[in-house]
Amino acid sequence: MMVRFLAAVLAMMLSVSSGFAQSGPLRIEITEGVIEPLPFATPNFVAENAGSADMGAQLARVVAADLQGTGLFREIPASAFVSGVSDFGAAVNYPDWRAINAQALVTGAVNVSGNNVTVKFRLYDIFSGAELGQGLQFQGTTAGWRRMAHKVADAVYSRITGESGYFDSRVVFVSESGPKNKRAKRLAVMDYDGAGVKYLTDSRSIVLAPRFSPTGDRVLYTSYETGFPRIYVLDVGSVQRRVLESAQGSSSFAPRFAPNGQTVVYSQATGSNTDIYTMDVNTGRTTRLTSAPSIETSPSFSPDGSQIVFESDRSGNQQLYVMSASGGEARRISFGEGRYGTPVWSPRGDLVAFTKQSKGRFHIGVMRVDGSEERLLTASFLDEGPTWSPNGRVIMFHRETQGASGRSSLYSVDITGRNLRPVQTPDGGSDPSWSPLQK
Amino acid sequence: MKITTKALLIVGALALAACTNPDRFGGDGGALDPNAGVNTGVVAGSANDPSSAAYFQQAVGDRVLFAVDQSSLTAQGQATLDGQAAWLTTNADYTAVIEGHADEQGTREYNIGLGNKRADAARSYLISKGVPANRLQIVSYGKERPIEVCSEEACYAKNRRAVTVLAAGLTG
Repeated sequence: MMVRFLAAVLAMMLSVSSGFAQSGPLRIEITEGVIEPLPFATPNFVAENAGSADMGAQLARVVAADLQGTGLFREIPASAFVSGVSDFGAAVNYPDWRAINAQALVTGAVNVSGNNVTVKFRLYDIFSGAELGQGLQFQGTTAGWRRMAHKVADAVYSRITGESGYFDSRVVFVSESGPKNKRAKRLAVMDYDGAGVKYLTDSRSIVLAPRFSPTGDRVLYTSYETGFPRIYVLDVGSVQRRVLESAQGSSSFAPRFAPNGQTVVYSQATGSNTDIYTMDVNTGRTTRLTSAPSIETSPSFSPDGSQIVFESDRSGNQQLYVMSASGGEARRISFGEGRYGTPVWSPRGDLVAFTKQSKGRFHIGVMRVDGSEERLLTASFLDEGPTWSPNGRVIMFHRETQGASGRSSLYSVDITGRNLRPVQTPDGGSDPSWSPLQK
Repeated sequence: MKITTKALLIVGALALAACTNPDRFGGDGGALDPNAGVNTGVVAGSANDPSSAAYFQQAVGDRVLFAVDQSSLTAQGQATLDGQAAWLTTNADYTAVIEGHADEQGTREYNIGLGNKRADAARSYLISKGVPANRLQIVSYGKERPIEVCSEEACYAKNRRAVTVLAAGLTG
């Protein structure tokens, strides 16, 4: 009831003056652009039995890192606390948290029993002096403890912003090592925050641009293991893969799943001409969607599956176009200066993210699906390959530095252009693809 | 063979710059090492042996270069390909994979399309000069395999290329 009430209340801008009691409920309206992050506290989760203390501390650290990493929240360090939380069930001492200007308090408890972990948490709106939503409990295994922390952070984010979170998600990407002219590439998958990297292929063949299925269970990618670019579909759990057969003498690349998880849209190059096709992954039946003599590539479905955004140089240089999912007439949506490529439709359906080249610089940008309200979020020597967070609020991409020692790394930025952050990977990284929220 | 002295000097210099730097590595590319396959002596198979892959690479010239975001052949590129066509006609037991490449100033997937156009431009020209189509395949590496690593036009110019990589095909 409290949650519903809060969700109905309009946003209030966060107060920047400390010690000044907040006059409304705890709420961040992301669309308005948050200048001043919301101060929060996450004391170590209370250990409910001997042997859970370390886990209680680790869980709190991951929850805090998730929230702080959004740029919308600012953690108050434990050293500033007036009092701690030693009993998950006890009443919160609001004045002690108000005294350090915490606006949100996340408390938790953990019970480790063998390989099983139970995590409980509560979220408090300190200035209103009330719990925000109801306490929740998650169960999992010790090996999956980070996911439980991400689920807590997703719930906190969702209750305060009114939008779904994105922390319990994964990213598949290309792990890169070696110099530019002998770059070794292999597929890897990790948690969205860079933890738990697992390699999916070796680096004997060039692999490019992996893309998650709509349920996150499979990955499409391009590999040169036959000597020619071919599309493979890989089961993330079993790491089994198979090639998607394509026409003799042709090359296939740039695959993406349709929202139905069964149709793949991709580019096929035959002779000098690159066009867009779809294939049913089960039957192998293909349909050609474009037939211009120019380069048509980087197709991406709208979330309702009815349309495809892609790039084409039919006008003389790379621009973005939208066509029906069955092909036919396409309408150009990019008209600014420079070249536009790698369009990706947002999960909310309202925006297209892209790579733009202009005046010797590369940018990641977003525009509405009709091409209006273009906004560039980044600029560098080479930024490329945006992918959307599951909630459509954050974009991950890769940035390559110039020169002989140039290296590619992953970054994220929010769609207002704020909070540009590196994503840590063991080696270099490129071509990230963000999964949906895990179940 | 109809190559001017000037063209020979240029392609020779290019081949020298590239000869320690094959485009493929790892041994999984499906094409043979251009320097492998003939082991009958010091001279045979070396660049002095006019029927060797090494001779093709260094003396005939195995690559043509392209302008920014273009796939049309330059006059110099056509001269190199004239030499390749003549050599391939004489040495009829070789097949070739023509590799198309782009510089790093472009997005990955577009550059695969662009490399494909470059490789196909070279292939179509060789076919027009009499090389049987079934001896020539193409593959695009996009911007994945630069030979020069600086981020300047001097390097980009060498990376925008189509390279004819020989394989001892028809007779094994």
